[in-house]
Amino acid sequence: MAIAVPTLPEHQARALEGAYRGAVASKRRQALIGAAVLMGCIAAAAWAGDVDLATFWANLGRFTSYLGRLVYLENGQPVWTDIAEWYWGIGRWTRLLVETLFIAYIGTVLGGLAALVLCFLAAANLAGRRWVCFLTRRVLEFCRTVPEIVFALIFVVAFGLGPLPGVLAIAIHTTGALGKLFAEVVENIDMKPVDGVAAAGASWWQTVRFAVVPQVMSNFASYGLLRFEINVRGAAVMGFVGAGGIGQDMLESIRKFYYSDVSAILLLIVLTVTLIDLGTERLRHHLLGMERAH
Amino acid sequence: MTSLRDSMLADRSGLEARHPQVFRIPWVRRLRVVAVAAALAGLFVWGIVRLDISWWRIFAGFGELGRIVALMLPPAYGTEARLWIYLDALAQTLAIAFLGTLLAALIAFPFGFLAARNVVPVWIFRFPLRRAFEGIRGVDALIWALIWINVVGLGPFAGILAIMTADFGVLGKLFSEAIEAADGKPVEGVTSAGGARLHAVRFGLLPQVLPVMLSQVLYFFESNTRSATIIGIVGAGGIGLHLYEQIRTLEWQNVAFLVLMVLVTVAVIDAVSARLRFAIIGKRTP
Repeated sequence: MAIAVPTLPEHQARALEGAYRGAVASKRRQALIGAAVLMGCIAAAAWAGDVDLATFWANLGRFTSYLGRLVYLENGQPVWTDIAEWYWGIGRWTRLLVETLFIAYIGTVLGGLAALVLCFLAAANLAGRRWVCFLTRRVLEFCRTVPEIVFALIFVVAFGLGPLPGVLAIAIHTTGALGKLFAEVVENIDMKPVDGVAAAGASWWQTVRFAVVPQVMSNFASYGLLRFEINVRGAAVMGFVGAGGIGQDMLESIRKFYYSDVSAILLLIVLTVTLIDLGTERLRHHLLGMERAH
Repeated sequence: MTSLRDSMLADRSGLEARHPQVFRIPWVRRLRVVAVAAALAGLFVWGIVRLDISWWRIFAGFGELGRIVALMLPPAYGTEARLWIYLDALAQTLAIAFLGTLLAALIAFPFGFLAARNVVPVWIFRFPLRRAFEGIRGVDALIWALIWINVVGLGPFAGILAIMTADFGVLGKLFSEAIEAADGKPVEGVTSAGGARLHAVRFGLLPQVLPVMLSQVLYFFESNTRSATIIGIVGAGGIGLHLYEQIRTLEWQNVAFLVLMVLVTVAVIDAVSARLRFAIIGKRTP
């Protein structure tokens, strides 16, 4: 069955087609200008970044052969043929891994506590004075913008080698990152309980304790867990600058081309991080589920 | 004039009789909270013992830290030649962040589609790709930098490749999630109009996910600017190398100047990128 499609009169169709062409052309022009700007940026960045595609191509084979060599032991056998030889240092590595986890944990707890105190001061809806709010926000910004490894480098000079500077560096960075997230949570609370408690004559502190904390606790815990997960990754490289954990051994085995050690430690780190990811994810879903049930 | 508080206090026994559940303390819940808090605190104390952290070291360290901060003021860069070296290193840092993010996005783009349930329904690509993304993500950019240095030698190029590798894992995961979250109706529409699978992806999915992806890439560019400032610590180019050297030689005024440079750069990049994100997606993203 044929359907008769009604057509527009010639002059109307031509006007519409012209408008369509114009719209498409302007869109194309925009895309072209965008692409040109992007290309310019790429060229400038490649020049500044010493990108040398010739060396890259020549050495690309070395990357794959490097990855290949990771799975062979000193005696030329694949690593899975002799697990005991591959993980010869398992005792030491486990100890260092536990140290790494503790650096991340203590850093997260200290930073989380500091963030807990500061977030109520930084939240615009609770802050008593404007300058307190402003100042707290700038401090938090500073804490999270300076990379934690820079803090660690400076702390290693002040506190000496070992896990202590790593803990403090992670704590400071965590304060900045969590303080901002916590403050945002506090700013999004329902203000009715706050008004209610304030109307009943509560002080600032009582308002926070009875009207704000019950609303935000599960979100805080969820963000804290997420941060712990990130801090485990961060703590794993603290040893690069002498701030404790498994990073020191990692750095040495890569620098000295102990291939099977590199793969052994990398696998340990990846497994630990994945396990912690899975664990914290379950906990977080549980916590946020509690939030919804309320 | 009696306040709300006074009238409530006057009728306290009446309130208690009418709403007993509000005044009763739920012991089981309270006990659970106390138990969790005690476990966390116990772990904390055990960790402090295990890491051998002593009060004396903390005190001595903070004293030393105060001295260092005093030495940092005022920030200074020394000679003018050094300023130019620092600015050059800063440009290198930005180049590392930009090219690293761009390459990671370009590589993650096709893999994101392969790992999305609604594009490739069979699990054969999705499962191994998801595990690969997670594995790559578990390794820090600094470790990737060390490995790439073994391949392409010291310098910013190793940094670019390190950022690219580390971000490929995260962006691949985020892209595939963004694609899975897309609305299926436009895809059905294209298919019902006779489009092939590739057409469905190009005209049904891509227009939905491209703005989300672009905004994620910009967000990663911001975060990579921070990563690129430290990647020089292991020798992969950028301002981190100078930061590391100045800290090692205890040139604290230079250190303060370099940290300030980093802070200003990060703030500028954040502002520019936030504007671009706003223009692309039309609303603020975290």
